[in-house]
Amino acid sequence: MTSELDIFVGNTTLIDEDVYRLWLDGYSVSDAVALRVRSGILEQTGATAAVLQSDTMDHYRTFHMLERLLHAPPKLLHQLIFQIPPSRQALLIERYYAFDEAFVREVLGKKLSKGTKKDLDDISTKTGITLKSCRRQFDNFKRVFKVVEEMRGSLVDNIQQHFLLSDRLARDYAAIVFFANNRFETGKKKLQYLSFGDFAFCAELMIQNWTLGAVDSQVDDMDMDLDKEFLQDLKELKVLVADKDLLDLHKSLVCTALRGKLGVFSEMEANFKNLSRGLVNVAAKLTHNKDVRDLFVDLVEKVSCSVGCPLTPSWPVPGLYQCWMLPWTHSSWNPAAPTTGH
Amino acid sequence: MPGKLKVKIVAGRHLPVMDRASDLTDAFVEVKFGNTTFKTDVYLKSLNPQWNSEWFKFEVDDEDLQDEPLQITVLDHDTYSANDAIGKVYIDIDPLLYSEAATVISGWFPIYDTIHGIRGEINVVVKVDLFNDLNRFRQSSCGVKFFCTTSIPKCYRAVIIHGFVEELVVNEDPEYQWIDRIRTPRASNEARQRLISLMSGELQRKIGLKVLEMRGNAVVGYLQCFDLEGESGLVVRAIGTACTLDKLSSPAAFLPACNSPSKEMKESPLVHPPSHGCRSTHNSPIHTATGSRLTQNFSVSVPTLIYTGMGSGSAGKEGGPFKALLRQQTQSALEQRGGSPHRFCRRREFPFFTLTAFPPGFLVHVGGVVSARSVKLLDRIHNPAFVGIMGNTRSYKLLDWNSFNSDEPETRDAWWAEIRQEIKSHAKALGCHAVVGYSESTSICEEVCILSASGTAAVLNPRFLQDGTVEGCLEQRLEENLPAGCGFCHIPYDELNMPFPAHLTYCNNCRKQKVPDVLFTTIDLPVDATVIGKGCLIQARLCRLKKKAQAEANATAISNLLPFMEYEVHTQLMNKLKLKAMNALFGLRIQITVGENMLMGLASATGVYLAALPTPGGIQIAGKTPNDGSYEQHISHMQKKINDTIAKNKELYEINPPEISEEIIGSPIPEPRQRSRLLRSQSESSDEVTELDLSHGKKDAFVLEIDDTDAMEDVHSLLTDVPPPSGFYSCNTEIMPGINNWTSEIQMFTSVRVIRLSSLNLTNQALNKNFNDLCENLLKSLYFKLRSMIPCCLCHVNFTVSLPEDELIQVTVTAVAITFDKNQALQTTKTHAEKLLQRASTDNEELLQFPLELCSDSLPSHPFPPAKEHLESASSNSGIPAAQRAVTVEKASPMGEGNFRNRSAPPCANSTVGVVKMTPLSFIPGAKITKYLGIINMFFIRETTSLREEGGVSGFLHAFIAEVFAMVRAHVAALGGNAVVSYIMKQCVFMENPNKNQAQCLINVSGDAVVFVRESELEVVSTPQPAASCQPSCTGGEVTT
Repeated sequence: MTSELDIFVGNTTLIDEDVYRLWLDGYSVSDAVALRVRSGILEQTGATAAVLQSDTMDHYRTFHMLERLLHAPPKLLHQLIFQIPPSRQALLIERYYAFDEAFVREVLGKKLSKGTKKDLDDISTKTGITLKSCRRQFDNFKRVFKVVEEMRGSLVDNIQQHFLLSDRLARDYAAIVFFANNRFETGKKKLQYLSFGDFAFCAELMIQNWTLGAVDSQVDDMDMDLDKEFLQDLKELKVLVADKDLLDLHKSLVCTALRGKLGVFSEMEANFKNLSRGLVNVAAKLTHNKDVRDLFVDLVEKVSCSVGCPLTPSWPVPGLYQCWMLPWTHSSWNPAAPTTGH
Repeated sequence: MPGKLKVKIVAGRHLPVMDRASDLTDAFVEVKFGNTTFKTDVYLKSLNPQWNSEWFKFEVDDEDLQDEPLQITVLDHDTYSANDAIGKVYIDIDPLLYSEAATVISGWFPIYDTIHGIRGEINVVVKVDLFNDLNRFRQSSCGVKFFCTTSIPKCYRAVIIHGFVEELVVNEDPEYQWIDRIRTPRASNEARQRLISLMSGELQRKIGLKVLEMRGNAVVGYLQCFDLEGESGLVVRAIGTACTLDKLSSPAAFLPACNSPSKEMKESPLVHPPSHGCRSTHNSPIHTATGSRLTQNFSVSVPTLIYTGMGSGSAGKEGGPFKALLRQQTQSALEQRGGSPHRFCRRREFPFFTLTAFPPGFLVHVGGVVSARSVKLLDRIHNPAFVGIMGNTRSYKLLDWNSFNSDEPETRDAWWAEIRQEIKSHAKALGCHAVVGYSESTSICEEVCILSASGTAAVLNPRFLQDGTVEGCLEQRLEENLPAGCGFCHIPYDELNMPFPAHLTYCNNCRKQKVPDVLFTTIDLPVDATVIGKGCLIQARLCRLKKKAQAEANATAISNLLPFMEYEVHTQLMNKLKLKAMNALFGLRIQITVGENMLMGLASATGVYLAALPTPGGIQIAGKTPNDGSYEQHISHMQKKINDTIAKNKELYEINPPEISEEIIGSPIPEPRQRSRLLRSQSESSDEVTELDLSHGKKDAFVLEIDDTDAMEDVHSLLTDVPPPSGFYSCNTEIMPGINNWTSEIQMFTSVRVIRLSSLNLTNQALNKNFNDLCENLLKSLYFKLRSMIPCCLCHVNFTVSLPEDELIQVTVTAVAITFDKNQALQTTKTHAEKLLQRASTDNEELLQFPLELCSDSLPSHPFPPAKEHLESASSNSGIPAAQRAVTVEKASPMGEGNFRNRSAPPCANSTVGVVKMTPLSFIPGAKITKYLGIINMFFIRETTSLREEGGVSGFLHAFIAEVFAMVRAHVAALGGNAVVSYIMKQCVFMENPNKNQAQCLINVSGDAVVFVRESELEVVSTPQPAASCQPSCTGGEVTT
């Protein structure tokens, strides 16, 4: 006796969160069944393994059918085939677009191309995330990128509108898209200690202050491309290192602004000159694409080396950004800005 | 020219890409009704075309309005080649033809293609202008309302219940026409869909005519079925109960609150006892039946089974004078009715009612289940050689039909008339003049067809059946002498002249009248019945191997097997009932399915303990070789197990009948001395059964003799049925006896399983085991899947078995899971609560009027603040409840494009799709049905030639059923409704050919589209915020945005 066909269709589509997670994590049906058995569900419910198998298959089939709709979440809301309560729809979408920290660190700043996709099995081996799940996450990044690529308006808003993600997740995707678009190098060994959150934080500040959108909210790609003029202007920051008076003035302004707000304030104050020189040197080179890509590498290498103490998580790059780069924002690169910055 | 049909095509969305080059589609729409076709402009290069067409107007007569569906075809324009069809929408405009129902059909319909499934949606508005007064329609029967619901619909009152209406129409099946060889599968499927749609319309119109002749205005319990007879054609037949209904305007006389279904169908009792009697029945009917029927070209009528028993055809003599009087009255009521004598008198021959729940006082006594089956040979159309074989007069007629469809209905009509006649005579034998809970079905395999009919013999209150009793009948509880809660159990036949041996005792309730010891019925449990404890689903399952044979040989083989199957099914039911310590079955439905090499029997019913009937005896096991010590031990071990099971079940179902004086009730477990009376459980023993008179003596134990492995199996199988996990109950009736406090969460589902039997050495036992496991596993899966709803009850569990191929068994289950509140007292004093509710509902009724009217012209209402909705849905993580809670809110919120820009709004809050509930029940827990919008009757075919790519058979069927649900919901929403009640999947025919990577499936569903309002919302609605109610027009409006 073998089951040829075995289905269950509810008027309200049943979604089992646990099975959904297993599916998203890329487990095969049999692996998922094994994992569920291990979770003790059989004992709790008195079900048999066959029942579990059938249930898992059923859910997988449903998810498979839903996947097409999840690729364009607004479709999920308007489709008529699956009657799903709004809260569940939100959950389906949010979970589908969620990603693993380990995975995103591997592809952050890489071109979302076929080439990268081919490397996914390496990433899978390295991170322990199933290849299937890696593919889904990669495809999500790519899909979001493609959709918002040439769109006007705020990047986060666009993502939210087209993918119905929560605010937090939409911001994360904005960071991923921003990094992918500018191809920032994040994979070097030296940068390994930085988390996705660190980069996302930088991305948000850069989008706010360094992009075309920061000046004009009506251009295409406004939140994705860096403002060339602004980068050009950064060259002039050299004066902050060259002119002793300005250096002192800058130092006092920055220190006033940051006193009590920075854990490593004393080191910062002591090394201010070196730090400033390193930063300004990095900033001045940003007119070349290659240097833009290496921005984070340079920051870590040049700035931290120049200070003589490596940038550690206790003195993280975002911290640097916060204190040093804000004054250079497009709208007010005047050194006097830090006070307004924070 | 009494009607003008107006159609407007508004827009499309999510269309498929038809032009690979541009990734876009140039879509236009053809609107066809009858022979007239209109076209919209081509909307170039868009997947979301906005046609905004003018109003297309069709001037048609009302007959066409009833028969024809509106056919909307979406096409892709192609300059150089033929236009490609994207898909179609068929809209049944019948609901627009009667005044109280929908006024407009407007909404998004899935565009359906039989090969690709749903491909986008189209927004359509349909209206009908009827020119003349309603009298004109009488000629076409427009205006007769149809309900699938098998009780008097809420918000109506039955003035008169006229009785049985039936009709059938036949046609050639397009799938088997010669042209099918040259046309595409798509064209063939569409021809079939369209034909069936047409035939259904015609059938409905004809039935409507009959109803008008009877001076009724509605058909309740309308059941329409298709017989796909293959080459011999396509039969669409329908039965129903003609009624005169009054819309309840203000005083909700017996309109109870929606919450408790049971209240609404206050019927009075019916039903009657089967019991051992039945055992003895079996033989005689078989003999008589076979003899008399063979005159037909070929037809063996078999079973003739009256479950209550019933010996030969000798009609029971009238019982007490009262009963006789009653019977006479009813009889005459049944016979007198109807205006014109000639054409319609025939119908009165059959005092049948398809209702399963009745107005209070309607049902006086119940006699038991009556059923009849008949095996027929279907004729081949293009096989003249076949005529020779059946060289009698009948075959000429059939031959005629082959060339001329018009003759054929008579043949089919005759077949059914014969069966109905038999049912009627069985009922008579039970001293009953009417049959309630009546239904008919067929099972077809190749050219053999089993026709089955079954119902419950009953004595009815004549006052409902006569004209002129309009006012009085409801208030007047005529049966003063019938104590509430047990009257229906009292035997309708004369105890001195019983049609079958039965064991009678005095009613435990009133102590005055006699009752049988067991009662089987096909109806729902009457509301006022006194039940102890809870009920449970009881199934008997049986397979019988059969040799493959042709034509008559085959039919004879089948008809020989049938009585044994009936017998065994009955024995199983009886054993299981006793094992559950219960004494009555409701909603009994026995399905016999015929396949190439086997017959399957599946009986489902809901067992209960009726307080009026005696406590059931236990089950006694007897060994054949009592001298063998170890054997004896084994037997006593089994016996102990059985006794334990009974005790456990008593606890599980809370069956604690009050102790009653000993003279009436013996101890439930039989004394050992009774062993001497043996009943063998194997089928072959049926002959002997009559000789074993089990009906005397005080308390009968059911004795099982274990004398071979077969019997052993039987006993084992009794014990293998696992009770549902705690927190779960199941029944196949509308509601679960003993549970009153339903909460509003419902989940309707369909589950399908197909197993392949290993063809090696199939024995009956192996088959039985496979089949049993299949059903049990299926139930287990359901319990597991729905575990998040605990505590809950699976209601209206409906199993359908089919044998699509030699080694395949397909089981389809549709049911609804309803949650209930464990903490509330289960057994509230019913009557008290009922009255309260009634009063409440009367109040509500009035409150309701205002908002209802408002809604018909109200604009899309102001959406609730999204935040609120979010909160609501977030409040439950199990999801399903959230769905329900969000329902109404959802509907009211128009699609706010603007919201997207708003970062703070939860992104999913602005869903535009209104929730439509579906349920096989006639009510929605926690809600009040305010309007019936018309019948939904849809037929779909889906075919694929890329089975593997669509996820194999499971993927294919899963998607198809989901699509069917979606299309039903869309139609209901377009009518302005938010639920389908009395939903039923009447057919799910699945065929596959994995080698060719092909599969095909036909599904037929029906139900009643309704508008319901949550009870909790009634208050909201009555406050000055009427727009919040989920009214149709709002939905329609908002969807179009």
